[in-house]
Amino acid sequence: MVRKLLSTVRLQIAIITLFVAGSTFANTNTNDTVTTHHVQAHEGAHDEKAFDAGAMIIDHIVDAHEWHILTYNDFHLSIPLPVILIDNGKLVSFSSSNFHHGHDAYKGYKLMTEGDNKGKIIKVTEDGTVDASAKIPLDFSITKNVVSLFISLLLLCLIFISIANRYKKHPDTAPKGLQSILEPIILFVRDDIAIPGLGKKKYKRFMPFLLTVFFFIFFNNLLGLVPIFPGGANLTGNIAITMVLALFTFVITTFIGNKNYWMHIFNAPGVPWWLKFPIPLMPLVEFLGVLTKPFVLMVRLFANITAGHIILLGFMSLIFIFGNMNIFAGYGVSVFSIAFGVFMTMLELLVAFIQAYVFALLSSIYFGMAMEEHHHPEEHTTEH
Amino acid sequence: MSLLSVLLQEAANLAPVAKMGAGIGAGIAAIGAGIGIGKIGASALESIARQPESVGDIRSNMIVAAALIEGVAFFAIVVCLLILFL
Repeated sequence: MVRKLLSTVRLQIAIITLFVAGSTFANTNTNDTVTTHHVQAHEGAHDEKAFDAGAMIIDHIVDAHEWHILTYNDFHLSIPLPVILIDNGKLVSFSSSNFHHGHDAYKGYKLMTEGDNKGKIIKVTEDGTVDASAKIPLDFSITKNVVSLFISLLLLCLIFISIANRYKKHPDTAPKGLQSILEPIILFVRDDIAIPGLGKKKYKRFMPFLLTVFFFIFFNNLLGLVPIFPGGANLTGNIAITMVLALFTFVITTFIGNKNYWMHIFNAPGVPWWLKFPIPLMPLVEFLGVLTKPFVLMVRLFANITAGHIILLGFMSLIFIFGNMNIFAGYGVSVFSIAFGVFMTMLELLVAFIQAYVFALLSSIYFGMAMEEHHHPEEHTTEH
Repeated sequence: MSLLSVLLQEAANLAPVAKMGAGIGAGIAAIGAGIGIGKIGASALESIARQPESVGDIRSNMIVAAALIEGVAFFAIVVCLLILFL
C-alpha cells in the first residue's frame, strides 16, 4: 500500500522533473538540448590560454546563465538556461546560448563580460554598441542558482512528503528506510534547537519553520559540495539566498515580538534616563542590535560556505599552476593537494551541518527572546 | 627635492600594493579567530576534564561559540575579498 503510494508520488515527481527539465532546455535555436559548443574562430589560440586560477575560482562561485558541466580541450559541455527579461513592461525570453558566452548580442541585448556592468544583460543599439541611455532590463532569468534551487526543492519535497506519508500510514511503528535516517535529525532539531531556544511550551509553533530552514540550508550546503550536475551550484554561497533566509527570521521575530521585547529595545529598564533622553543613545544602540542580528546571520552562512568552496578550488588550482611550470611539480603537488582536498571536504561536510545548526539555533533563540515574559529582578539571599 | 619627487612618483604606482592591505587584513582576522577559538577550546577541554559526564553539553556549547566567533572572522574576510575584487 505504501509502496503503491510512493510509486505514484515518484511518478508524479518524475513527470514534474521532466517537465521542468524540458522547459529549461527550451530555446529558439535549431540545435536544442545540451549544446556542444565549438570554440569561436575569432577567439584565437583558445586552448593555449594560460590557466587563470582567479577566473576559474570566481566562475565556480558566482551565478551564471548556463550550467557548465565540463570542458575537454575544445569540447565544452554546458546546459544553456533560459534568459527572461522584463524590459519596460515587455517580457522577453530566449535561450542564453544565443549570447555565445557574451560575444554576440541577441535581440538587442548583450551579456557584458567586463566593465561596470560585468555579468549583467544590458540593451545594445543596432551596431552592437552599448545603449547608455536605456535602462538595464529587469533580469528574471532562470540562472544556475535558480535551477539548483528548484532541484533542492524537488529533493526536499520528495524526501519529506514521502516520509510524512509513511508516518501517516503507519503511526506508532518502528521507522523504516528514509525515516530511520531523518527521524534522529528531526528529533535533534526539536530537542537541541527548538526546545532550548523556545521552551517546552511554545516550541511547536515554530517547528515547521525551524525544520525547513535547517534542512534547506543543510541540503543546499551538501549539494554545493557535489562537484558535478545536479550539485555544485553554490546556492547558499549566494548572498541573496542567505539574505532572504535572514529576512524570514527577522520578519518573524518582528511580528511575534511582545511588549516586553519592544520595551527592552526602546526603553530598557535599569538604564539611566540620560541615555534615553534627550539623545536616545541606548534605544539607538539596541535598534542597531536588532538590525545586525539578521545581517550577521546572512554574512555568516554566506562567508562560511563561499570560503570553503574557494579554499577547495584554490588547492585544486595549485595543481594546475604548478603543472604549468613543470609537469612533475604538478604531479607532486597533486598528491598533497588531493590529500588536503579530502581533508577540507570532510571539514566542509561538518561545516555544512554546523552552519545549518547555528542558523536554526540562533533563529530559535531570537524567537524565544522576542516572546520572553517580564522577569522581576529577584532578591538573592546568600546561600549556605 | 628630487628624492621627494621620486617618492611622489612611486607613490602613484602603489595601487597594486594596496591589495597587500587585503592580505594583511585577512592574516589579522585569522589570528583573531585562532586566538578566540583556541581559548574556547582550551576552556572546554578544561571543563571536560573537571566533569567528564557533561561532555555532550560542553561539546555543543563549544561548537556554537566557535561558529559565532568564526562568523566575526568571516566579516573581515569578506571585507578583504571586497578590496581584492571590487
